[in-house]
Parts: sequence; structure tokens; C-alpha cells
Amino acid sequence: MSSDTDTKLIRMANQIATFFESQPPGDRAERVAAHLRSYWEPRMRDRLFAMMETDEAQDLTPLARRGAEIWRAEGHALPARSEAQ
Amino acid sequence: MKDFLIPFDGPGGTGLKDDRDLGTPASTSTTMVTLSIDGFSVTVPEGTSVMRASAELGIEVPRLCASDNMEAFGSCRLCVVEIEGRRGTPASCTTPVAEGMVVRTQNEKLRKLRRGVMELYVSDHPLDCLTCAANGDCELQDMAGAVGLRDVRYTPGDNHYDPSGSGARSQAEARLRQPEGISNPQYVPKDDSNPYFSFDPSKCIVCSRCVRACEEVQGTFALTIEGRGFDSRVSAGMKLDDFMTSDCVSCGACVQACPTATLQEKSVAEIGTPDRAVVTTCAYCGVGCSFKAEMRGDELVRMTPYKHGKANRGHSCVKGRFAYGYAAHKDRILNPMIRDRIDEPWREVSWDEAIAFAADRMRGIQETHGRKSIGVITSSRCTNEETYLVQKMARAVFRNNNTDTCARVCHSPTGYGLGQTYGTSAGTQDFDSVEDSDVVVVIGANPTDGHPVFASRLKKRLREGAKLIVVDPRRIDLVRSPHVEAAHHLPLRPGTNVAVVTAMAHVIVTEGLYDEAFIRNRCDWEEFQDYVEFVAEDRHSPEAVELLTGVSAKDLREAARLYATGGNGAIYYGLGVTEHSQGSTTVIGIANLAMLTGNIGRKGVGVNPLRGQNNVQGSCDMGSFPHELPGYRHVSGAEAREVFESLWGVEIDHEPGLRIPNMLDAAVDGTFKGLYCQGEDILQSDPDTKHVAAGLAAMDCVIVQDLFLNETANYAHVFLPGSTFLEKDGTFTNAERRINRVRKVMAPKNGYADWEVTQLLANAMGAGWTYTHPAQIMAEIAATTPSFAHVSYELLEEKGSVQWPCNDAAPEGTPLMHIDGFVRGRGRFIRTEYVATDEKTGPRFPLLLTTGRILSQYNVGAQTRRTENSRWHEEDVLEIHPHDAETRGVREGDFVRLASRSGETTLRAEITDRVSPGVVYTTFHHPKTQANVITTDFSDWATNCPEYKVTAVQVSPSNGPSEWQEDYAAQADRSRRILPAAE
Repeated sequence: MSSDTDTKLIRMANQIATFFESQPPGDRAERVAAHLRSYWEPRMRDRLFAMMETDEAQDLTPLARRGAEIWRAEGHALPARSEAQ
Repeated sequence: MKDFLIPFDGPGGTGLKDDRDLGTPASTSTTMVTLSIDGFSVTVPEGTSVMRASAELGIEVPRLCASDNMEAFGSCRLCVVEIEGRRGTPASCTTPVAEGMVVRTQNEKLRKLRRGVMELYVSDHPLDCLTCAANGDCELQDMAGAVGLRDVRYTPGDNHYDPSGSGARSQAEARLRQPEGISNPQYVPKDDSNPYFSFDPSKCIVCSRCVRACEEVQGTFALTIEGRGFDSRVSAGMKLDDFMTSDCVSCGACVQACPTATLQEKSVAEIGTPDRAVVTTCAYCGVGCSFKAEMRGDELVRMTPYKHGKANRGHSCVKGRFAYGYAAHKDRILNPMIRDRIDEPWREVSWDEAIAFAADRMRGIQETHGRKSIGVITSSRCTNEETYLVQKMARAVFRNNNTDTCARVCHSPTGYGLGQTYGTSAGTQDFDSVEDSDVVVVIGANPTDGHPVFASRLKKRLREGAKLIVVDPRRIDLVRSPHVEAAHHLPLRPGTNVAVVTAMAHVIVTEGLYDEAFIRNRCDWEEFQDYVEFVAEDRHSPEAVELLTGVSAKDLREAARLYATGGNGAIYYGLGVTEHSQGSTTVIGIANLAMLTGNIGRKGVGVNPLRGQNNVQGSCDMGSFPHELPGYRHVSGAEAREVFESLWGVEIDHEPGLRIPNMLDAAVDGTFKGLYCQGEDILQSDPDTKHVAAGLAAMDCVIVQDLFLNETANYAHVFLPGSTFLEKDGTFTNAERRINRVRKVMAPKNGYADWEVTQLLANAMGAGWTYTHPAQIMAEIAATTPSFAHVSYELLEEKGSVQWPCNDAAPEGTPLMHIDGFVRGRGRFIRTEYVATDEKTGPRFPLLLTTGRILSQYNVGAQTRRTENSRWHEEDVLEIHPHDAETRGVREGDFVRLASRSGETTLRAEITDRVSPGVVYTTFHHPKTQANVITTDFSDWATNCPEYKVTAVQVSPSNGPSEWQEDYAAQADRSRRILPAAE
């Protein structure tokens, strides 16, 4: 992935988290995860996870990171929940 | 009485129904009145005119100034009748029916009166019928026959038609117009200034139909009757104006209304009168107007608005009515072409060779780079059936979900926002609904330019007294135009929509103006309470956000109160809402406003996205997005996948595919190598042109299917010629979810309809599809998509059109959504926190650029630039406020350099206070300008819809095209070289 794409992915994840940060507390991170799972294509996902293994994802906001971690923990199985469902 | 009715149903398949002109508008009264006309009894609604009641019996009372799309005028005196018990001979057009009324439309006295009237008309009319363009299609001619006119007793005298006449009258206005050599001061030469129609005053009978159509139907008020008595004449604009220099917007309503050849389509003068007509749907904006394609042989003579069209109700705009010349333009590419590399010239080849070349390349890419290395872009200009097939190609043939559509870059936030709050990705109303609105809020839309026929319907309602609130950085025409003035214009700073919409909600909540009963009954009460707590915070008050938004707190409060308390409140919005980094949040905010005030679920209210292109709604419905199957069902849902898997015999990927911006990123990164792009020009229409170009250039196979060698085709390896909307069958779905038929009126000039080309490519890749008509594709859509379950070509033929959902619950469609409950169950209030865009102004780029469109041009201009519409708009210009122009030394018409962090271009400046200081505006219709070289890669948080509406820029004087423009033009010229086919 180019650094441009990496920067975009971090920015997009942060934008999503910023929206859910403003929503009622309780399941914000889960909702970030559901949104990412609903709309992100696997190579975007894989790159985000790869960046999280290194310091390349240090610009992720805490909520974006928590959301991504929930998604990563769920693995690649069919989701328990999609935002669109 | 039935036997007396004239059967007007046309032959099967043309869609034509009885479209006689009944003389005056229908009455909406539910009280019925029975009367007798010429001995026949008829029952009609109270308020119906005698003329219309007669017409409904099949009795045509002669008339010249009446038409059923405008109010009765009573000037021609030809429609006189006798009514028992009443004195004189009243005009039937202005006389309402009454219970027990006894009317005679024909007797010797009436005959004599009508002949006398006709004699006067004809005495001042040229008798050149045999060479007149309207011969056979002229109401004056018809009426002369109807009244039995056989002689004109008046001796030649003063007249308006003989240029060499020696009329003795002196008339200053006429002299002003006299070219040398014309001695008749009453004669005014023909005005050919408009490219599409001529105005020949010598044939005018001053019936005022054109003037009234311009006022009542179009709402522009460009025409008037100047002078009195014999000096009366129709005039466009001021005395020295012609049609081109006047305020006329060329909607064609006056031409349609004219009973003679005074206002006449030039195409009819050139080709002759049409001999058949087929009803079809306009291929321009999301209003989806129905037209009659009037043909002579296989040549299109003219497009006339179809009176039974439920979106347009017989009206049109300059694009749909006149701008169809692109379909036969010399630039159309009719032969398939291929090349190995994009720096080579094109080679014309056979369809077989082109399809085999494309299929081999795409399969080869998948073998080398994997199943997910290729994808498709479906077109919002193509039919539902074609769009369905292209996404099916991705899912069933490519075996991935890499399908996206141009809705990505316009209304994808609508899908998200309305889906989250209401449960469905579409507008809530039909266009008729505006007739019941009391307050209309227009946010980030410019209907008079983008959706002109809806704008005319809206303006009509505003003239009747409805109030208007405009939320837009620019002073769009609706803010103040003849007989229309917005109660409030909130000229917000670009990028602050969420703050404004949330502040409106703050006013409604804190002043107790919300509809608690509606909310308790229809919405989730707990979520509402959370929302109230959020929105009531002082930081959301109009006063708190005034500095940020630039909107006066007082105006905003008054606007919010008006929307909440002014009766039926309707919100219409456009891309000024969606194309922002918070586009989805604003859509949610708009949905919140409608729920707060109970403005959902009945006529006159609702949330109405004005869709940009003709089939944006349809392309979304058909599963074009990479995360959704047809009918908005997520790909992760096993049940939905199973429907298609069992029918298509393949396993469908359960993970989302790439969206357009992600495809381009992946291409630059080397993992996305092949694209089948139907009817889209992403190089010109998508943001950050340089990045789009880099992505396309990085691919091994780009297949473009289009009418023209568009800008994207400069980076293509395969060009598959496309067909126009006149050359194929199918359906479009407009902004009101209305599924309208598109009917083939001529054979495809390229040999195949677009759906056939997709099938050829799919089959070359092993699909085995066997569709022989789009009706079969619609049957598959209906069988797999619950909201389309009852849709069929038979139903569309019978009903004209239907609005989805159309299924067991609503067998004839759904004009209004969410009547008894929201699709998702309870309406969901969602907090809408304002977040400033990352696109910031600063010393280098101190101005904000926002982009839009203009009436005469459409999208990337591929169609309209190849018509005479370019006479109104030959190039993109930059609107800049006088203050900003002065500080930069920019004068009207100067070339200026427009630069952002993404790129720069040059274009001419137009100095206007239509934009606020600090804001500049341009359109993206012309590839010479490539306005999107300026826009950035910032996008909506939820959907990746680009932030076209906010770009930080600088403007400075320039001498001519930028280096980039020159390089691009040279590259485009090289790319468009074509080698003829080998013998």
C-alpha cells in the first residue's frame, strides 16, 4: 500500500470514530467495528490491521483503534452484526 | 354516454393514452354536478368549465386561447355557447357548470358568431398554409375548418404579416424593430435567435397562451403582451430583446402552447410534422419527465412533454425538450475499438474481436492477480435492467463485490442517513406532494437549474402562498425571482450544514415546537430523549453557531419556527447536503427535523432528496453498491445471498467490495487491475482528477462503454460503443421512486443496446446468459427483490408508472412512504454533532470553492455540450464576489488561476454578489476546465462520498491555460487517435 492510501485509511477510520464518539456511550466501539465491517473491503481491513501491528497506525484515535480491535478479534467469520442489518 | 367518447388509446407498446386537450384544468372538487350539453347528460365535479364538461362528452367546442394546462382566459371568443335562462353567449371556458344547466354548443347563431371571429383572425394571418411548418398541426387551421370558414370578407388593410404593406399607422415600438426595406411598421421579422425554436410574430393571433404558459406552467414570466388593441404583440423581455437575450429559459412551454406556427420547433420546420409518437422517459435529471418522442420514420422530429407523465405533468425543460441532438452527433463512436496500451492509437475492430479481447484480458488479470483484482462501475444514466446486469457481472461472473456507481459521488449519504433513521434509502414523497406543502425548505439544492421541472411545480405552489426557506451559500434564483421570494435565505458558510440543521432542531426543541404526539406514536422515545438532551445544549443554539456558520441567529430562529409551525413542512435537498465530509450526518439531521415536527407520512411534507442523474435512485436500488445486493440487502446476510445464489448458481462473496475511491487507491497500489465502466466518466466527474488518472493509468484493462470517447476513455484499452435512451427498452427510477418505461424508438446506431453488450461480455467470460428482452431482466429483478415484487412491463404499460415498494402490500406502488409507521419500525433520532472539515482555509488558500451545475448543461456535459445548449454556457466560469475580485485585481471576464492543494486550472471570472465574500463557485461541465483537478480526496465519513462542496483555494489573475491543462489537452488528443478497421 502506498503511504497515501495508508494515510487515507487512518483518516477514514478516525472520521468514523469521530461520529460514533458523539453518540450515546455504551457501545461506541462496537458500532465503529460494525460500520467498518459493513463497508470496508478486505484489503482495506487487512492493511489497517497490519498497520496496527506496527507504529504506522499511531494516528488512530483511541476509539477508532478500539473499534478496529473488536473487528480484528471477531476474525473473518460472518459478522454477528452488520450496521446495515 | 360511453359511446360518445372517442377511443384514444394508442397501439400497444407505445405507452400512449388519451392525451386530448380538454380545454381547461380538471376540478378537484368531490361534489358532482349534472348538466345537459347538446341533449346529452354529463356529470362532472363542481367547478368544471362547460368547455371541459363538453370535451369529456366528446364534444369539442371550438377554441383558440384555452388549454387544459392553464387557467381559462376567455379572450378568443370562439368557444361561445348558449345556456338556457342566461343572456348572451358566454365563453364556455370561463363558465363553470351548474346543476341542471342546459347548454347548446352548436346552432346557427353560434356558427355565425364563430365564423365572424375566425374571419377577423384570418384577415390578419398569412395564408401560406401549404408551406407553413405547422401545416396539419395548426389549431387556427383546424378551427377555420371547425367553424366552416369559407370566405374572408375584409379587404386587405393594416396587418402584421406583410412586410411590404403600407399600413398608415405610426408605431414607435415597431419602427424600433424595422430593418431597412420593410415598409409595414406593424410587421416584425421572425426571431430565429433561439437555436431550437423560431418566433414569427406575423403568424401570431395574440391568444396569450405562450405568455400564460410562461407564467403559469414554467413560472419564469419572460413573455408579455406589449401594446394595446391592434398594436398588441407578444414580446420576450424588453423592447429590444430577442428570445436569446430575454429571461426565457427555453423550457418549450410557450412552443407547446402556441396554436399556430408563431412559436415553432425548428426541427419540425426542417424535417416535417411527425407521423407517430412513443412515450418514453427523459435521460437527463432525476425528475424523470415523461415525453412523447415524435417520429417521422426512424428520425426523431421532436420531444414533447407527455401530459400524463406523473413526474412532470406535461412540462419540460430545455434539456429534455430540446437537447437530444447528441444522440445523432458526429462524435458518437459506433464501432468497437481496442488497443494494447493507452499510448497507442485505437484500432477499430469487430464486436467479436473487441469482446474476446476484453474477456481475455479480464480473465487473465484474475488469473494473475486474483479474483478481487477487477470490478465494475454501473451507470446512473443507464436503465435499471442494464445496471442490474452490470452488478450481476461483478457478483456472478467476476465473483466479487467490486461494484460501485456514480451515486457514490452524489447521494450515497442519502442512502446511509435515511436508511439509519427511517429504514429505507429513498425520498418519502411523490412530486405531486408539493401541491399540499405550506412551508418548503430547500437545502443545498438549486432546483431551477438542476431539477427545473420540479422547480416550476414548486414555484407554482409558492405563488399560491406557500412559504420558502432556502439554505444555501449562494443566492440561488429561487431566493428571489418573479413572484417568488424566500421568506428566509440562510447563506451558510460551506461545510457548516450540520451546525445549521442542528441549530434549527435546537430552536424547535427548546421552544417546545416539536410534535410530541407524533414522536410518541411513531419514534423511539428513549432515543428521542437522548436527542433532546443533546440538541438542547446551548452550544447548538443559533447564537452560539452564528459566527461559525455565518447565518444570522435571528433568521435561523425564525426559519426554524416557520418550518415547525407553518403547516405542512417539506424538505427538499441536493448535493449541497451530501457532498461534504459530514454529508451523512446532515441527512440524519434533516430526517430528525422532519420527525421532530411530525412532517412525515402524509401529503405536503416529507424528506425529498433531489437526485442528480436520471437513474441514480434505480442504480442504487439495483445493488450497485459494493456492500448491498439489489433491494439494499447487505452482502453479509445469508438469506439475501441465498436468493441470488440459487438463481445464479454461484456462491456470492459475503464481504463488501471496493468503492470507487477505494478501487482507485487499490489501482495505484497495484492490487486492482481491471475495470468495466459503463456510461460514466469518472475522470471528469470524480474528485482529485490527478489521482483518478493515476489509478486508471495503473490498470491493465479499462473497458469503457459510452456514446463518446469521454475523458476516462483516454485511459482505456477497450471501447465498447453505447446506445442512447432512444435506442433501447428499459426503465428508469426517478427521485420519487417512480419506475418509468424507456421505450426504443429507433434501432441502436452502434448495433446493440447496452444490456446486450454487457451480456456479450459476460457470456465471453462464461456466464451463459440468455436474455432476449429487458422485460426478462425486470422479471428477474421482481423475483429477487421484495420492493419490486409486483413490477412488470405489463403493469407499467397499464399504469404508466409505479413507485416502489410495489408488492403484495402495495400492488400498485407506494406514492407516500411511512404513512402508518417507518419501514424500520420506530423512527430513530440520532445525534448530529458538527465536526469541522479537515479542509481548512489559510494564507495559501484563503477562499472556499463550492461547485454545482447550470440549467443548460448536465453533469460532465458529454451530452449537452454536443447540443446547441452550449450557446448558453460555452465554458465553466468562476463566480467571485466583487470584494474578493477587487483585492485580487480581477475584472469581469478575466482569465484567473484557480488553485488548491490538489491542483490548478484556469477559467474566466464572473464577478457577482450571488456568492458571499470568501466563497467562489464554478461548474464542472467542461473538460477544458476540469474543475475536479481542484477538488480534494476528502470525503463523507460514512460513505466516502467526496467533499466536492468545500475546497480551500486561491484565485489570481492569469494569462491563459495552466500547464496541466495544456499537458492534459495534448495527452487527450494523442489518446483519441483512431486507426480505421483493417480491410
